[in-house]
Amino acid sequence: MTLTWPTYFIYLAVMAGVTYLIRMLPLTVFRREIRSVFIKSFLHYVPYAVLAAMTIPAVLESTGDVRTAAAGTLVAVVMAWRGHGLLTVAIAACCAVAAAQGLLMLI
Amino acid sequence: MKKLFMKGVKHGLPIGLGYLSVSFAFGAQCTGSGLTVLQALLISMTNLTSAGQLAGLSVMVSGAALQTGLIEMALTQFIINLRYALMGLSLSQKLGLTMNTPRRMFFSFANTDEIFAVAASQPEKLHHHYLYGLMVMPYIGWSLGTLLGAAAGAILPVFVTNALGIAIYGMFIAIVIPPARREKPIAVVALIAIAISVAFRYLPGLNTVSGGFVVIICAVVAAAIGALLFPVRENAADSKEVEA
Repeated sequence: MTLTWPTYFIYLAVMAGVTYLIRMLPLTVFRREIRSVFIKSFLHYVPYAVLAAMTIPAVLESTGDVRTAAAGTLVAVVMAWRGHGLLTVAIAACCAVAAAQGLLMLI
Repeated sequence: MKKLFMKGVKHGLPIGLGYLSVSFAFGAQCTGSGLTVLQALLISMTNLTSAGQLAGLSVMVSGAALQTGLIEMALTQFIINLRYALMGLSLSQKLGLTMNTPRRMFFSFANTDEIFAVAASQPEKLHHHYLYGLMVMPYIGWSLGTLLGAAAGAILPVFVTNALGIAIYGMFIAIVIPPARREKPIAVVALIAIAISVAFRYLPGLNTVSGGFVVIICAVVAAAIGALLFPVRENAADSKEVEA
């Protein structure tokens, strides 16, 4: 489907506006530390919950073949476990998918 | 203070290179989903965030009624990007005297996970020249990568775009695993989120809920359980490490 420009701009404005306000307000307005242990803890865990939920199971559908995606995911997990940086892990996952695709073509 | 600015640019270079490949994949996904090259580029130039953009893209192209879609967009971006509020609070403690309100408003646009991590790890109070320098390469990398990915994504063979499709998830995995290894509560929270996310994808009835809301539900439930079971006593933002 194609997205018309007016619709696109409304979405873009909401998307960029919310993202910017979340970044800007705490950095600009608040200059004190949050006291509530629950809110602090909740905020501490949010990024990991978000990223984990966004990754699984979506990653298995990211390459068009669940087998190549599984290979890429496995390599990414092992590389990340060993402490490699974001770029290295991302590239290694892509290479693993490419290799798995090649392998499947040969079979 | 040209020296501080250049120091920031240098510190931002590895971040920019990392963003180049990840945003290339994002750009390819945009045009693959039906957006034009310019539409893809504008998203990256106005948002500068990976997970939020990916979720935002899926809302944009979901074909939902505009009103529902906009609510979903606002809620999704709010929850997914809530981590930046925590980082902003943390970083506001480290800003030097030159960081007045307009300068805070300007810099906060670029307070990504990686820029935050590098800035927060500096030993001294942060000068606005340094922070401005730090913004440069990540912004160029993120925008340029999106442009190239959106333009070339369509002409690249399927073999290559399939492989690139996993890049952004590889980055997410690299962000979550190291802290989950160090702190068991983070691993528990991540596993709870995954369990809910899988349930929403595969269980009949639940799998009709759209992706953006699923992320919100997963994040709120898993993080709330984590906060109840494992309250963080020390300054949470200080113990957070995001690897650039």
